[in-house]
Amino acid sequence: MTTWPILSVTTFLPLVGALIVYLSRGDDEAAKRNSRWIALWTTLITFAVSVILVMRFDPTNPDFQFVEKANWLATGITYHMGVDGISLPLVILTTAVMPFCIIASWKAITNRVREYMMAFLILETLMIGTFSALDLVLFYLFFEGGLIPMFLIIGVWGGPRRVYASFKFFLYTLLGSVLMLLAIMALYWNGGTTDIPTLMHTAVPRSLQTWAWLAFFASFAVKMPMWPVHTWLPDAHVEAPTAGSVVLAAILLKMGGYGFLRFSLPMFPLASHDFAPFVFTLSAIAIIYTSLVALMQEDMKKLIAYSSVAHMGFVTMGIFAGTMQGVAGGMFQMISHGIVSGALFLCVGVVYDRLHTREIAAYGGLVNRMPLYAMTFMVFTMANVGLPGTSGFVGEFMTLLGTFKVSIPTAFFATFGVILSAGYALWLYRKVVFGALVKPSLASMKDLTFRECLTLFPMIALTILFGVWPKPVLDMSAASVQQLVNNYNTAVTAVKAAALLQ
Amino acid sequence: MSFETAGYQLAPVLPEIVLAIGAMALLMLGAYRGQGTTGAVTSLAVVLLVVVGVLEYMLPAGKHVTFGGSFIVDDFARFMKILALIGSAVTLVLSTEFLSDPSRRIFEYAILVLLSTLGMMVLISAGDLISLYLGLELMSLALYVVAASNRDNAKSTEAGLKYFVLGALSSGMLLYGSSLVYGFTGTVSFTGIAAAATISNVGLVFGLVFLLAGLCFKVSAVPFHMWTPDVYEGAPTPVTAFFASAPKVAALAVFTRVTLTAFPGIVSQWQQILVFVSIASMALGSFAAIGQTNIKRLMAYSSIGHMGFALVGLASGTVEGAQGVLMYIVIYVAMTLGSFSVILAMKRNGQAVEKISDFAGLSRTNPLLAFMFAMLLFSLAGIPPLAGFFAKWYVFVAAIKANLFTLAVIGVLSSVVGAYYYLAIVKTMYFDEPAGQVDPMRVEVKTVLAVSGLFTILFALFAGPVVSVASAAAKSLF
Repeated sequence: MTTWPILSVTTFLPLVGALIVYLSRGDDEAAKRNSRWIALWTTLITFAVSVILVMRFDPTNPDFQFVEKANWLATGITYHMGVDGISLPLVILTTAVMPFCIIASWKAITNRVREYMMAFLILETLMIGTFSALDLVLFYLFFEGGLIPMFLIIGVWGGPRRVYASFKFFLYTLLGSVLMLLAIMALYWNGGTTDIPTLMHTAVPRSLQTWAWLAFFASFAVKMPMWPVHTWLPDAHVEAPTAGSVVLAAILLKMGGYGFLRFSLPMFPLASHDFAPFVFTLSAIAIIYTSLVALMQEDMKKLIAYSSVAHMGFVTMGIFAGTMQGVAGGMFQMISHGIVSGALFLCVGVVYDRLHTREIAAYGGLVNRMPLYAMTFMVFTMANVGLPGTSGFVGEFMTLLGTFKVSIPTAFFATFGVILSAGYALWLYRKVVFGALVKPSLASMKDLTFRECLTLFPMIALTILFGVWPKPVLDMSAASVQQLVNNYNTAVTAVKAAALLQ
Repeated sequence: MSFETAGYQLAPVLPEIVLAIGAMALLMLGAYRGQGTTGAVTSLAVVLLVVVGVLEYMLPAGKHVTFGGSFIVDDFARFMKILALIGSAVTLVLSTEFLSDPSRRIFEYAILVLLSTLGMMVLISAGDLISLYLGLELMSLALYVVAASNRDNAKSTEAGLKYFVLGALSSGMLLYGSSLVYGFTGTVSFTGIAAAATISNVGLVFGLVFLLAGLCFKVSAVPFHMWTPDVYEGAPTPVTAFFASAPKVAALAVFTRVTLTAFPGIVSQWQQILVFVSIASMALGSFAAIGQTNIKRLMAYSSIGHMGFALVGLASGTVEGAQGVLMYIVIYVAMTLGSFSVILAMKRNGQAVEKISDFAGLSRTNPLLAFMFAMLLFSLAGIPPLAGFFAKWYVFVAAIKANLFTLAVIGVLSSVVGAYYYLAIVKTMYFDEPAGQVDPMRVEVKTVLAVSGLFTILFALFAGPVVSVASAAAKSLF
C-alpha cells in the first residue's frame, strides 16, 4: 500500500529539522527567529505526516502495521519499526504535543535558542522512535538516548536548582535502565533475537520471567514514575523550563506505561500475574500517598508533579489488572493525562512568564484580571479531578472498573485518590484564581495572549471531546488491547490449569 | 638450507620487517641530519605506519603461523594490529604541535613510537611466551623513554621513571610466571601449553597468576593500576594519548590470546581472577574518578574503568566474549583519541589548561568543541545511541551468556556511577559560566576530533560491518 517508509519519515523528520536549525548559523535576533520558525514548521510537518499514519491505520488489525525492516547489527538484531493500536496513539500524542511545546517556548526562551530548539527536535525523534521501535536494542537506543537532550534541557534552561535536578533525573533513570539492558541481553540469548514480535511468541522460562520482569520493572517504574522511586520527578518538573515539563509529563512518563504494555504483560505474563498484587499495592500507595503530599505543596509545578504520580498510579493499576477495561482504561488515561497534565504545566507557564514565581502563595484573585485564563485553568483542573465530561473521568473510571473485577481492595483504596485529587486540585485553583486581588504585583497581570490561546484552546477542545466521546482513542487501540488481554489470560489460565492437574 | 622451509616463511612478517627497517632508516636520517629533521621524520613515520597498515591489510587471508609457531597472523592479529597502527599514527599526528616547539625538537620521539609499535605488533602476533616477552619489552622500553620525553619537566621525568620502575617489576613477575608455566608444562608455545594444561596443577596455576599479574599491569587493571594516574598526568599530553590507545590495544590483544589459546583447559582458574580484576577495575575507575580535578588524571581513572569493562568480555571466555573485547577496544580507541584531541585543543594564550574547571562554559565560547566533547563523554558513559553503548552491549551480552550475572550487574551499576563524573564535565561545559575563550584549534587536532567524534555519534549507522569483522576476528582465536 505504501511505497515510502512513512514511519521512519515521521521518526527522523525532526532530526532533519534539527540539522537545518544547526545549519542556520548566527546569534542575532533574526537567527533566533529563524530557529523558532524552523522548529515549529518541522513539528507541524511531522504532525501532518503522523496524521497520514492515522488515516492509513487499520484499527481492526491487532498486529503491527507500517512495518519496516532492514539489516542492522548481525545476528538477530535488526532495524525493525512498526506501530499497533497501543503505540500509535502515543506516537500521535508526541507529534501533537511538540508544536505546543515550541510555541510555549517562543517568548520564554531567549538565550541559546538554537540549541534549545535542536534539543527539542532531537528529543522528538527519540520519543517517536521509542514508541515505534520493534527491536529491543533499537528501543533501548531511543529510550535511553532521550536522556541526553532532556538532561541538557533541564540543566541549561532550568531554574535555580537545575544542576541537582538534571543529575538526579539522569542518574535515576539510567540506574533503572541498565538493569533492563541486562534483561534484554538475557532475552536475546533465550530467543536468539531481539525482535519484539518474535519474542512475544517465544516462551520464556518461569525463572527468567521473574528476573526479567523485575529488571524491566526497575526501568519502567522509575520512568513512570511509581512510588517510591518517583522522587526525581518533582525536582525535574520544578526546575525544567515550561516546555520541558510539558514533554516530561505528557510523553516521557508514558514510556513507562508503554513499556509495561509492550514488554511486561506480553513477554512475561506469568511473572506479571505473580507480581500484580505487588503492583496494585504500590499503585494504591502512590495514589493515596502522593495525593496527600500534593495537598501540602507550596509550588504549583510540584503540586502538579505529585498529581501526575497519582494519576500514573491509575495507569499501572489498570494495566496489571489484565482485564479489557483496565488495560484500555490505562491506555486512555495515558493519552488523557498527556493532554491534561501538559496543559496544566502550560497554564503554570503562563503565570510564571508574567511573575517569575511558582509560589502558590504569590497568587490569588487572578479571575479578576484574567477571566480567559481562569476559564482555561478550570477546565484542566476539572479534568485533573476526573469530572465526568472531561477526558480525565473516562480513564479513571475504566481503570477502576477493570481493577474492581480483579482486586476489590485496590479499587476501594484507589477511589480515595479521586476524592483527594478533587481536594488538592480545587484547593490550588481557589488559592490561585479566586479570592480578592490584593497583591500589588498581580495588579498589572494581562490575560492570555493570542499565542497562549493557540496552545491552550486546542487542548481544551480535546479534553472535552475525549470526555464525552472517547471512542476514537478507544477504537484505535481496541483490537491490539483485546489481543494483548487474550494472550495474557490464555497464558495465565494455562499455567493455572497445569497446576491443578498436578 | 633455504629459510623458506615449512614453518619459517617470512611473508606473514613482512609488515613488521618493513616497519623495523623503516624505523632504522629514519633513525639514520635523524642521526646524520640532526634535530632539524624532526618534522620530516615525524611525517615520514606516519606515512610508514600507514604503509605498514596497508601491508597488514593486504596479507593473504586466513591463519599463518611462522617461526615454528612463535608468530601467528590470523584475523584477530590483523584486526588488533591495524587498530594499534591507527592509534600510533594518530598520536604521532597529534604530537606535531608538541614537537614543533624549538626546545623539544626530538626526532627520536617518532622513532621510539615506531619501535614501540613494532613491539606491539610482535606482541599481538605472539604464539609463545618468548615472543610475547620480546614484544612486550620492545614496546615497554620505548614507552618508558617516550614518557620522559619532556626532559626539562620534572613531572614528565618522574612519570618516565615511575613507569620504568613499576614496569620492570611487572616484567619480572611476568617472567617468573612464564618460567613456572614452562616448568610445569615443558613448553613455551601456547598450543603446547594448552595441550598440557588440561589438568590444573598448583604450580601451573601459580605461574598463570604471575603471568596475568604482569599483563594486568600493562592494561592498567586494578590492583596493578597505581602507575596510571601519575604517568597520565605527568607525561606530555600527546604521549598520554598514545599510552591510552595503542599499547592498550596490544596489551589487551595478548591478554586475550594468552588466556583463550594457552589456557582454554583451565578456564575456571583464570575466570575467577578476571572476574575479580574487572570488578575491581570498574569500581575503582568509577569511584576514584569522582574526586579528580585534573582532566588527564580523570582520563587515567576512566581508562582503568574501561579496561575493567573490556575484561568483562574476556572473563566470559567465549567467542562472544572475544568479540566483545574487540568491539570494546575499537570504540575505546576512537573515544580516547577524540577525548585527548579535545584536551590538546584546550589552550588559552598558548598555555595548555588541564583543570576540569577550565572547561567551564565551553559550550558558549566554543560550541562545536564542547558538543563533540559532550558526545564523547556521553559515549564513554555508555549512553545510546553513541558508540560507547555498543561497546558495553557486546561485553555484557557475552557475560550474560556465560552466566556471569553478578559481574554483569556490578558492571552496569558501576557504569552508572561512572556516568556521574562524565556528566559533571558536561555540566561544567554546558551549565557553568564561561571561563574564557580557547585558542583556535590546529588543523590536525580538529581533523582527529572530527573523525573520532563522527565515529562516535554515527556508529549506530555502520555498526553492522564492524560487528561482522569483529566476529570473524574473534572466531579466528578458537
